[in-house]
Amino acid sequence: MAQAQPIRTSPQPDPGESYLLEGETYASMSSKIGDVPLVSPLQTSRGWLVGFTISFILLMVYFVSIGWLFIKGVGIWGINIPVGWAMDIINFVWWIGIGHAGTLISAILLLLNQGWRNSINRFAEAMTLFAVACAGMYPILHLGRPWLFYWLMPYPNTMGMWPQFRSALAWDVFAISTYASVSLVFWLVGLIPDFATLRDRAKNIWAKRIYGVAALGWRGSARHWHRYEMASLLLAGLSTPLVVSVHSIISLDFAISQVPGWQVTIFPPYFVAGAVFAGFAMVILLMAPVRKWYGFENYITIRHFDVMAKVMLATGMVVVYGYFMEVWAALYGGSTYEEYLLYNRLYGPSAWAYWGLLFCNAVAIQPLWFKQVRQSIPALIVISLIVSVGMWLERYVIIVISLERDFLPSSWGQYNPTFWDWSLYLGSFGLFFTLLFLFVRVLPMINIFEMRMFLHQEQQRMNRKKHHGEAGHGGATAD
Amino acid sequence: MTSHTPNPDLETVREQLRNTHGKDYWRSLDQLADTPAFRELLEREFPRGAAELGDNPVSRRTFLKLMGASLALAGVTGCTFMPPEQIAPFDRQPMNRIPGIPNYFATAVTLGGYATGVIVRSNDGRPTKIEGNPVHPASWGATDIFAQGDILTMYDPDRSQQILQQGEVRSWDEFVAAVTPLLTGTGAGLRILTPTITSPTLAQQLADLQVRFPQCRWYQYEPLNRDNVYEGSRLAFGEDVATRYDFSKADVVVALDADFLAPGPGFIAYARAFADARKVTKESEKMNRLYVVEATPSTTGATADHRLPLQAGHIAAFAKSLAAGLGVGSPASGLSPQASDFLTKLLADLQAHRGSSLVIAGDQQPPVVHALAHAINEALGNVGETVIYTEPVVARPANHISDLANLIRELNSESVDLLVILGGNPAFDAPGDLRLADALRRAGMVVHHGLFVDETAQLATWHVPAAHSLESWSDARAFDGTASIIQPLIEPLYRGKTAHELLAVLLGLPDARPRDLVRAYWQEQSGAADFERFWHEALASGIIPDTAAAPVTPTLNSGAVTAADVPTPGSDDIELVFRPDAGLYDGTYANNGWLMELPRPISQLVWDNAALMSPSTADRLFNLGLGFANGGNPLAHPDPKQREINLERITAANGTVVSIAYEGSGRIELPIWLTPGHADNSITVMLGYGRSAAGRVGNGVGVNAYPIRLSNALWFVTGLSRGNLRNLNRRYQLVSTQNHWTMEGRDLYRVGVFDRFKTEGPEYIKKEVYQREYGKDVAGPGTDGYLSLQTNQDSIYEGRNAWAMTINLNACIGCNACIAACQAENNIPVVGKDQVAVGREMQWLRIDRYYAGANLDNPSTYFKPVGCVQCERAPCEVVCPVAATVHDYEGLNNMVYNRCVGTKYCSNNCPFKVRRFNFFQYTDLSTESLQLQRNPEVTVRNRGVMEKCSYCIQRISAARIAAKKAAVQAGRVDYVINDGDIVTACEAVCPTQAIVFGDKNDEQSRVAKWKKEKHNYYLLGLLNVTPRTTYLARVRNPNSEFPEAES
Repeated sequence: MAQAQPIRTSPQPDPGESYLLEGETYASMSSKIGDVPLVSPLQTSRGWLVGFTISFILLMVYFVSIGWLFIKGVGIWGINIPVGWAMDIINFVWWIGIGHAGTLISAILLLLNQGWRNSINRFAEAMTLFAVACAGMYPILHLGRPWLFYWLMPYPNTMGMWPQFRSALAWDVFAISTYASVSLVFWLVGLIPDFATLRDRAKNIWAKRIYGVAALGWRGSARHWHRYEMASLLLAGLSTPLVVSVHSIISLDFAISQVPGWQVTIFPPYFVAGAVFAGFAMVILLMAPVRKWYGFENYITIRHFDVMAKVMLATGMVVVYGYFMEVWAALYGGSTYEEYLLYNRLYGPSAWAYWGLLFCNAVAIQPLWFKQVRQSIPALIVISLIVSVGMWLERYVIIVISLERDFLPSSWGQYNPTFWDWSLYLGSFGLFFTLLFLFVRVLPMINIFEMRMFLHQEQQRMNRKKHHGEAGHGGATAD
Repeated sequence: MTSHTPNPDLETVREQLRNTHGKDYWRSLDQLADTPAFRELLEREFPRGAAELGDNPVSRRTFLKLMGASLALAGVTGCTFMPPEQIAPFDRQPMNRIPGIPNYFATAVTLGGYATGVIVRSNDGRPTKIEGNPVHPASWGATDIFAQGDILTMYDPDRSQQILQQGEVRSWDEFVAAVTPLLTGTGAGLRILTPTITSPTLAQQLADLQVRFPQCRWYQYEPLNRDNVYEGSRLAFGEDVATRYDFSKADVVVALDADFLAPGPGFIAYARAFADARKVTKESEKMNRLYVVEATPSTTGATADHRLPLQAGHIAAFAKSLAAGLGVGSPASGLSPQASDFLTKLLADLQAHRGSSLVIAGDQQPPVVHALAHAINEALGNVGETVIYTEPVVARPANHISDLANLIRELNSESVDLLVILGGNPAFDAPGDLRLADALRRAGMVVHHGLFVDETAQLATWHVPAAHSLESWSDARAFDGTASIIQPLIEPLYRGKTAHELLAVLLGLPDARPRDLVRAYWQEQSGAADFERFWHEALASGIIPDTAAAPVTPTLNSGAVTAADVPTPGSDDIELVFRPDAGLYDGTYANNGWLMELPRPISQLVWDNAALMSPSTADRLFNLGLGFANGGNPLAHPDPKQREINLERITAANGTVVSIAYEGSGRIELPIWLTPGHADNSITVMLGYGRSAAGRVGNGVGVNAYPIRLSNALWFVTGLSRGNLRNLNRRYQLVSTQNHWTMEGRDLYRVGVFDRFKTEGPEYIKKEVYQREYGKDVAGPGTDGYLSLQTNQDSIYEGRNAWAMTINLNACIGCNACIAACQAENNIPVVGKDQVAVGREMQWLRIDRYYAGANLDNPSTYFKPVGCVQCERAPCEVVCPVAATVHDYEGLNNMVYNRCVGTKYCSNNCPFKVRRFNFFQYTDLSTESLQLQRNPEVTVRNRGVMEKCSYCIQRISAARIAAKKAAVQAGRVDYVINDGDIVTACEAVCPTQAIVFGDKNDEQSRVAKWKKEKHNYYLLGLLNVTPRTTYLARVRNPNSEFPEAES
């Protein structure tokens, strides 16, 4: 991924080879991307309204599920002793994992100077934030006494009590809150120049004012740009360790325990890879329709999908390696309990989940070795969907199957999700998509100024190549 | 000093109401409530409630709504907890009453008429916990589960609270007035029906009644009666004698369907003596050996060294052959080769232990088996050694079935004018063929006296609420005859009456007070010069000395015994066995949530009864397709994976609903529960379920088996035809707290055999485990021999009390008393069937049951009590993000409920899964009577917090405080808590003293000594969490003649 592919601007460009399609200008970009949020509320597209309505209904499902949870207690779920965590933590880890692609794209790829990230980073970052919002609710909701969640935070209090810092759950609080706040700041800072663009383009006085306030007086001066670039780099530098740390720490929720199936030393890298894996699957899932509906094929090209599919394949294989190591450790470790865990995964009452995860995460991604598959949007959608399910199953296998049968057979139990388990999960999609629909409606979902810069860079590169007599010609010019 | 006297106006109101009935009553209440005078009266009494009315005219309806509570408080409905007598706050503190410091009173509770001496803790006037009475011969400080449950029954909100006439509320005076006219002449129409009675005072009253009304008859009926025992003694000796056993002298014990390790007369005394002889150490010279022949797997069978599953109907033939082998009579024919083989080896062992062996026949076996057992014991010279005969303990031995049949005949001839049912619930539990309910309708008047408005009360003309035994003055005898005075701990909550008061009415003394009656009896009986002193000592100690039944030496009529016929076993016999339920007894405890939710030993079922049978029998009789047909054994499959799959399929057949009937009986439909070790072709059904008028807990739970329990087949019936057994192809959800059968080959329960234990030393058990697990002999000092990088924790607790527990698996009989006691002591809520079904039972302590051994027909069954083992390196503590579970300086792992936010991580990380979570608001915070029951020393937990065994930390604290006070008074700084000063609830209640708690740093403590035993081990020792609770491996004492003895 480390090499920057030059844009190829042949008259019939191969859509699978370029990150930016011909015919785009600074102005066309500003209007095409920037006008989406500026459409008058009365002219909101019907598709958006339908999508938003469905999401909003799901959001209400979420609120009802939470309301009932607060009234009755966590007993409305299927959890029990021995399975003290189930869909609450599965979904927590799943949502957090999804968020990872956004940070990876915005931070690490920025530092690596991967220009192609520009067209997807805003969207991916937004997805990160909303996924973290969904995820962040679960640790609070899963508490027996959620109204006391703030006891997990270190603050001076009359009880003279700190959190218990040896617990991975206390680390979680820091990991997630840092992650959420840095991601939010990074995202908001990145929006400032675009707010200014919207301010300038807005015709409605209220839109002008609101975007104006959000733009924080951005005038596009060189000093602004200088500071802005500095801040971006610093924030990217801050975010980069977070990509690794957040999911590593979440994996420690399991790895520091002594439950067979949780106590696995490779969990941190394995979880991070899994998170990126799931995150890219979700970016693909969301990008494909958005690109289609808003006509952004010129900015988010097949080439982007190709690269994302490669990332998915690579991280997916890391995850598969993790599965292999778990099996190896069980067979080689000589612990009765680990051996039984493997047996239980393969043949126990919840074996369907393990076989399902092997299919989804190991088998289903293999077609990605082929370019035709990587560049076929329908194929990618199907695979991404399978991967999303697979990563959910992975957490189910780790959390539920391990707890169902641990040390003492007398205490073995079974977990069966209830209606409220599912409704809260479904409802969290409501939260996610409601936020996402609002985002695509009121904010530029592609980074306008970065795209302009990217265009400029590509142009220069093309020109250089032209002078050196290379193939292609400088079709993609600004005016 | 202020005093509160009832408002004279209210007295007038009560007087007015007394003369009105039913609808009139309520109409007059309405009228009364609407009169300005009464309104004024109420406003004066309850100005706050009344103020809400304001000056506006109020409709009658609104007024009543607002005043509902006030009316109740005014004493009209009588829901009062306080006696309507003068009360006054303490001016000077009375002796022995320090607020907050509990008092303890000796009294007794009864089960099936037999007393267990108990010490009841009273917190500020509320009895809160029952403990055994250490000097009582039926307790020795322990109790069974039913005594533990009694305290909850007393506070049961569903208890009857009113005297009722056909459902209408009446006063005591009215009751007396209604009954008195019938008490004339010679009492030809007067009948009394009671359960088994051992109370000397009650017996005296009944005798007095007989004198006053010569033609009155007293009948007894108890569903779990001991008719067989008495008929057997009549057959053997021609007279009624009671049999008592001395297990301390018995080296070989043979139980012929005798479940002597389950609650019943003498249970604790027997279990204690039996287990004491099995708590072997390196120094032990010998150990007793138990043979059990039984159909239904029982706790006794699980404890046995050799167990033969044999149909209940075939045990008579077995006993006859056994007797023949000892020279009494001729052998029976038809025993299976397996049974004959078992018999031969058993005989040899018995013959080698003449005078030190013991053969016991079970209460449910027919009289001939009892007679044969007497003959066998006689032939072995056991009489006078291990078997002691005494005069009967019960007030009058009677054949309960013929008593009941006689009563019903008289009822049907309409010659009974007044039938007084003193306790019991015959309308529910009488044999189905006697049709008691129909007969009761033909009585002139039926008076029912009981704790509940139960099935019988509903058929009775009058119902009088009974005072619970914790609210009563009475007396009762233990299994050996020792009498105890029953004294009340609290004024009757619902103005219940004792049986003594009711009988006094019949004797024309309606105002007699039960205390006076009991005192009067003992004043006369004791002949003590200083009666006050006698009385005080009897009350304080809980026993009346020298009242044990006198030994007798009856003469065995061996001719009659050998002449008695026994049925010849047939290989195709199918039988149905009725058993008391291990939680509900005969149904009496059906409304007791603690006992309802107590996992039944072996099956671990809760909240239901089922048809227990062996997997192969179930498969063959009900065509379940499990693979047992044609002698197949799906669990002998060579492929372990297939075995596992087959096992899952077998257990999945649990809950299949079948229909069971036999010649002459009705039909019941109930789900099956596969029970390894059950005799083949035998089906066991537990009694006591299917109550319709038990209360909020017991109503509609399970299936009532009494209707198909006929008077000629009280305990079992042989010869069921296969046509009467049908698979209904329906499913019913049975809930068990443990669904897995085996240990999966894990080192969880260590077992050794006594021979090797003696010759190779106790450490051989440990060594064998290491050999198996690690291929080498790593036994050594330290953490159970496991090597660890972590530092030794011992130094941390040096010079402090290091609380620890050791459980002797050789003494644990799986009786569940520890769970019940823990639930009572620690305010543990009952959660209901649906919650247990999803794995949310709350009991802090559980008894793991594992099956081991190659075959399912007769597996070894192991019990292992597991509570929080109080790890020194507790995995729960490091994962709690808010430090809600922390270590204290004495090494305990404490739960800080107030700090817990409920992440449940501690439970996930607990390898022993002993933590319990309040998924909902399980504790009932609204029912007043249940609030009274709770132990004020233990936090009542609310929704969302984790909880677990605390080693009864409240008792530790109490002992520490007492020790510190004593130290201060003696002018010392250091305080000493002696071994035995702290007794946890589970330790105290354990009939066999299998649990020992104490300071492991105290070299002299019992727990430290047990921990030094070489067969002491950690559960999951390899995790190196160093639990404070350890286990002593089980040691079996098999007969080397048996092939499986080598295990």
